[in-house]
Amino acid sequence: MEDKKPIIQLCGISKTFDGTEVLSPMNLNVYEGEFLTLLGPSGCGKTTTLRIIAGFETPTQGRVFLEGNDVTDLQPYRRNVNTVFQSYALFPHMNVYDNVAFGLVEKRMKKPEIKEKVTAMLQMVQLGKMENRKPSQLSGGQKQRVAIARALANNPKVLLLDEPLGALDLKLRKQMQLELKALQKNLGITFIYVTHDQEEALTMSDRIVVMKGGRLEQVGTPKEIYEHPATKFVADFIGESNIFESSVVSEEDGMLTLMMENGHVKATGKNFKTDEIVYLCVRPENVFLSETPVEGFTLKGFVKDHIYVGSNVKTVVELPNGNLLRINMHPMSKLAETGSLVSIYWDPAKAVVIHTKEDSMYDAIEDAVLKD
Amino acid sequence: MDKNALRKNKRPKKIKAYQIVFIALVYLFLYMPIFSVILYSFNVNSDNLTFKGFTLSWYSSVLKGDPLWSNMWLSIELALVAMVISVVIGTLATIGMYRYDFKLKKYINGLLYIPLVIPELVIGLASLSTFSKMGMDMGFATLVFAHVTFCVPFVIITLRARIADFDRSVEEAAMDLGANGWRTLWRVTLPMLAPGIFAGALMSITLSIDDVIISYFVSGAGQITFPVKVYGMIRGKVTTDVYVISTIVIVSIVVLFLAYMLVKKIWNKHHQN
Repeated sequence: MEDKKPIIQLCGISKTFDGTEVLSPMNLNVYEGEFLTLLGPSGCGKTTTLRIIAGFETPTQGRVFLEGNDVTDLQPYRRNVNTVFQSYALFPHMNVYDNVAFGLVEKRMKKPEIKEKVTAMLQMVQLGKMENRKPSQLSGGQKQRVAIARALANNPKVLLLDEPLGALDLKLRKQMQLELKALQKNLGITFIYVTHDQEEALTMSDRIVVMKGGRLEQVGTPKEIYEHPATKFVADFIGESNIFESSVVSEEDGMLTLMMENGHVKATGKNFKTDEIVYLCVRPENVFLSETPVEGFTLKGFVKDHIYVGSNVKTVVELPNGNLLRINMHPMSKLAETGSLVSIYWDPAKAVVIHTKEDSMYDAIEDAVLKD
Repeated sequence: MDKNALRKNKRPKKIKAYQIVFIALVYLFLYMPIFSVILYSFNVNSDNLTFKGFTLSWYSSVLKGDPLWSNMWLSIELALVAMVISVVIGTLATIGMYRYDFKLKKYINGLLYIPLVIPELVIGLASLSTFSKMGMDMGFATLVFAHVTFCVPFVIITLRARIADFDRSVEEAAMDLGANGWRTLWRVTLPMLAPGIFAGALMSITLSIDDVIISYFVSGAGQITFPVKVYGMIRGKVTTDVYVISTIVIVSIVVLFLAYMLVKKIWNKHHQN
């Protein structure tokens, strides 16, 4: 991250509405040219963060910097960032051309220049022939493209997108995800994208900020977040996870031996105390079954069901204490018989161990964010 | 198949003969008085009780100049001035109440409806007593004040129905694209409200031109609106020129209404939303 220049810096911003804190003080750097996603369930503060950057909300505390300048108290129309709204927010009384030209007219650009720019923008979003249509005559996908063209026409330093694909059907959404990502790469503009869809976040982002209850849970690349979730919430929210409480038996060079209710298992992790209660997270695709015990693992379970879902087979294994373990297997792999007792194992490097104590967890996150 | 069946069910049934007769009677009841006014404006006989024959002489004398015209013009002038003031106040109030949250907003909202339910007689009397206590002479100014008082709530209610459908982020989008508060108002909020403003203006004119009771209290000696004047004539004799001017008003309103429908049709074609 050393070579990258932060374009937006959020320094200790927080927001309180009517005495309720919706955003706890947080720090975040957004770097030039990156695709950053704010991800979290509704009410996690992601949209509030975006609106603070856009200037629609003033943070209760903290400052916002755009290219090193303090813009905290600047009105939205004085900031060189533009927003794509969830509801599109096209001007219903203007046609497509006038919608895209809106910001340029406000900048008092000359008519021929406006025409050139608008035409180029509409071509970019493949709406060249729609100039004279009214928003009411467009489909959802087309409206979305107009909204993107309208925002990008102003050459913003940063484009803010507030769940822009939320209203589209699944197929169109997948297509638009790829288009948006390609657009961002070609233009090299910083995108800050808000979504509650973890799959969307993984598909599009360079970095993901996972938020919950107004706090940062984890900041990292999709790979880091998926493979090394920092909290139980992240492990649970992003993709599928098997999460079990267990206690630390010993640590040796980052290799942990853990005791679950029904047996010993191995995982990797550092700075854990002996006898500490931790969360153990293993992705379903990283769990394997064996007829004979594997070294370091004494966990066993009964195969309960195989569910064929096309791209893989979901196997459910019931542990003696009644907990269920989900496993994804290749559809071609040999499946253990239903009802049989099997040994369970995984690559210790693929199992993540998380502190149960919230405070130590948040301290660790805070450190990580400040370092960067 | 299913779709067709559904459509068949939804198709309105054919109307029966006795229903047509019933509807005809209702409409006759509604419009007969108006037609009788139009008919008697062409009456040779001036007693307005029996129809003696067809003549245009009343029209020629009214068009040549009639004292009632001054009352008519006063009514129109009053309606227009009251409309402009009501629309400006009403539009600003609607936008303000929509945009901002403040203490007592609920009650301020509620207070808006009270002039609609208070009997006009009470408002008229209250206006008269207030104006005279303030030392104002009854005249055009008091008429305007009183008319604005009862027109503003109607303008706000009409506009509010329109603004309720607003997507709040549309105004934010304008700000986001570089328009300050005034530019946003001018380029986005007002154009989007335009149909509502137009409807509110028509409503205001209609109410104002129609009003007898409140105007009766607050008009001065030389400044009598057309409805008040006609109302006063009922005790004596309603002259045929009242019928003639009424007919002219009715016809112009019908023409205006048709023009409004036409404008609306064209508007909708160009501004589908």
